[in-house]
Amino acid sequence: MSPLVLIFLLLALSSAAYFFSQRRMLRQTRNANVARLNSLPEHFGTLGAIWAGAPALLVYFVWLIFEGDILMAQVLAMLPDPESMAATRELLIGDIRNAINNPMSYQMASEEVRMAADRYHELSQTATLALTATCLSVFAICSALVLKFLTPRVRARVRVEKIIRGFLLLCSTLAIFTTVGIVLSVLFEASRFFQAVSVTEFLFGLEWSPQMAIREDQVGSSGAFGAVPLFAGTLLISFIAMLVAAPIGLMSAIYLSEYAPAKVRTAVKPMLEILAGVPTVVYGFFAAITVGPALRGFGQSVGLDVASESALAAGFVMGVMIIPFVSSISDDVITAVPQAMRDGSLGMGATNSETMRRVILPAALPGIIGGLLLAISRAIGETMIVVMAAGLSANLTANPLEAVTTVTVQIVTLLVGDQEFDSPKTLAAFALGLALFFITLVLNFIALYVVRKYREQYE
Amino acid sequence: MNTTETLAIPIPEQLDPPAVTGKVDLDLTTVGDFTVPDPRMKIRDVNVFYGQKQAIYDVNLDIGSNAVVAMIGPSGCGKTTLLRCLNRMNDTIDGCRVEGQVEMDGKNVYGRKMDPVLLRARVGMVFQKPNPFPKSIFDNVAYGPRIHGLVRDRTDLEEVVHTSLERAGLLDEVKDRLDQPGTGLSGGQQQRLCIARAIAVSPEVILMDEPCSALDPIATARIEELIGELRKNFSIAIVTHSMQQAARVSQRTAYFHLGYLVEVGSTKDIFTTPKHQLTEEYITGRFG
Ligand SMILES: Nc1ncnc2c1ncn2[C@@H]1O[C@H](COP(=O)(O)OP(=O)(O)OP(=O)(O)O)[C@@H](O)[C@H]1O
Ligand SMILES: [Mg+2]
Repeated sequence: MSPLVLIFLLLALSSAAYFFSQRRMLRQTRNANVARLNSLPEHFGTLGAIWAGAPALLVYFVWLIFEGDILMAQVLAMLPDPESMAATRELLIGDIRNAINNPMSYQMASEEVRMAADRYHELSQTATLALTATCLSVFAICSALVLKFLTPRVRARVRVEKIIRGFLLLCSTLAIFTTVGIVLSVLFEASRFFQAVSVTEFLFGLEWSPQMAIREDQVGSSGAFGAVPLFAGTLLISFIAMLVAAPIGLMSAIYLSEYAPAKVRTAVKPMLEILAGVPTVVYGFFAAITVGPALRGFGQSVGLDVASESALAAGFVMGVMIIPFVSSISDDVITAVPQAMRDGSLGMGATNSETMRRVILPAALPGIIGGLLLAISRAIGETMIVVMAAGLSANLTANPLEAVTTVTVQIVTLLVGDQEFDSPKTLAAFALGLALFFITLVLNFIALYVVRKYREQYE
Repeated sequence: MNTTETLAIPIPEQLDPPAVTGKVDLDLTTVGDFTVPDPRMKIRDVNVFYGQKQAIYDVNLDIGSNAVVAMIGPSGCGKTTLLRCLNRMNDTIDGCRVEGQVEMDGKNVYGRKMDPVLLRARVGMVFQKPNPFPKSIFDNVAYGPRIHGLVRDRTDLEEVVHTSLERAGLLDEVKDRLDQPGTGLSGGQQQRLCIARAIAVSPEVILMDEPCSALDPIATARIEELIGELRKNFSIAIVTHSMQQAARVSQRTAYFHLGYLVEVGSTKDIFTTPKHQLTEEYITGRFG
């Protein structure tokens, strides 16, 4: 029986336990006054199902998590001379896994590896049998316990509520732990970077050229890790993006929420949402292939020198990408301003635009600013467009027509193609990531604070 | 002036028919004379629909110059809806449709040439729920004069703001905190602020939708006094749930029921000798 069938079997058995416990409870309490039972029959059913099924399911998942490693260890232990078969243990394991999962690799593998793969197959069949037997017996034992202990006196409702609460808590802490884990790993790697490069050099250095000299006599590879040009480039591009996205997004939100007839609104809103759904890599080649060359051509015709990969092209396309984000948040905030405000203003003989300018926008402003801050943090973190359209050279410039690079682009280029994370070059990526994380975190905090502050105004 | 056609509608179940009659069908044709010799605004055969649902049925009513007309009737009978027809505030509600004619000084309010923005500057409105802007008290009152360019300089503006607040009976309470947000006032103060805001542009007709529902007796008396004063120059339509208030401030009273104008006449007649059975039941407190 395959593990997949087993899990369905366990679930089916648990639902059987649900109905069984429920019926049994009804039968046992037939003569009692039902109104005085401490819980509904459903609660007894749920509790019965959980008691009977949960331990078996737990065994199942723990088993599956560790099965692969344990089996592999056994296979390795059985091999006559593992050291001679591959350079490292990891590589050997990789070879064997390939042979197990992929018939092609199996054909090409060496005799010993094939033998190991065969052995693994045998073992895993036995293991599955053992797993089935274990799970079913755990289920049987637990069911017996349910029969014995699940009496009408058990406060099933309270227990079920507790179990549900615990389960929900588990789910939410999972997200928190993931975040903490990410932060810690980035922090750890970044601290290794800062052992090689000082924090001040990283934060205030004006030159970025992360190619380290491998040999002493190599030239031009000084390995300078001043991140200022990267942050300047990021800021420049984000600024251009916001210059495009903020006015257009805001205006379209104003039009949609205050002026557009219902028909236009229902047609345009989904369109904006489609724009939000375009993958960023598609925006990326739009920027690199269409907007970049077009800007360059236009620049030449008026005698300007525009780099084919310019901050302007990347920023512009990024702005287009953020428009739906800005407009949907602004739209929400504007519609949240009570109708009574509009009525009050229109009733005084104000026009639509006066009402907008003098009453609605001031009332919605904090929310809109919050939305813009969120949009900025998106622009700062955006990667694909800038990788494709902004260029790689770390120029410290404020000229939008030149190529600049951003923090995210550098992280990508530092990590692509490298497997070892031990030189300052690759570790620099983590320091950059940490800085980026910190900036967006602060921006998000401010944004959320501003938005919440605004919400309180009308409640 | 009654139409010959008799309208008989069954009363919906949620409003229990008055026990005293035991009748299911009632005559809802307007009783009384809905015209006045010197009308400022005229409502003729107006029907209002919210989508499919009809809220006002064939209403005819004049709003006289320099007079107060009170609109009374049970909750949900369409008083607010009719009031909002007079300054075209119903335009702002999606799916709201007005049929029939509303005239101001002989000009069709719903005509092609009528600019609703100008109309609303002339026909001011105080809403049922106070709705001060999230601005300072001063800016709230100065809102109208500013957008209509009614004042030349700051001194003028301050003058207008002060007199408006004074007439609305709010000045004493707020004169040292004019720069604080209007939303920070109490409910009754907010309503008086809205009244001050509405009269700051000196509209010719003022529509008041239960202006005193959140006010204490003293503030109410102040507003009623204001209404009496305003009447000398303006025309006023006021919706109220208080019979005493209607009796005190108005010269004419209109009683509405389920979207029909059931009875209209001089306030004195309505309250002393109501002709329609529903009116009588409402004002004697047996129904509604
Ligand atoms: N925006 C709207 N959309 C749909 N129906 C509405 C709307 N506004 C009012 N109505 C309906 O129209 C009818 C009349 O409502 P209206 O607000 O005019 O009553 P009212 O006499 O002012 O009541 P109240 O004394 O409670 O303020 C009601 O049945 C109401 O449900
Ligand atoms: Mg009303």
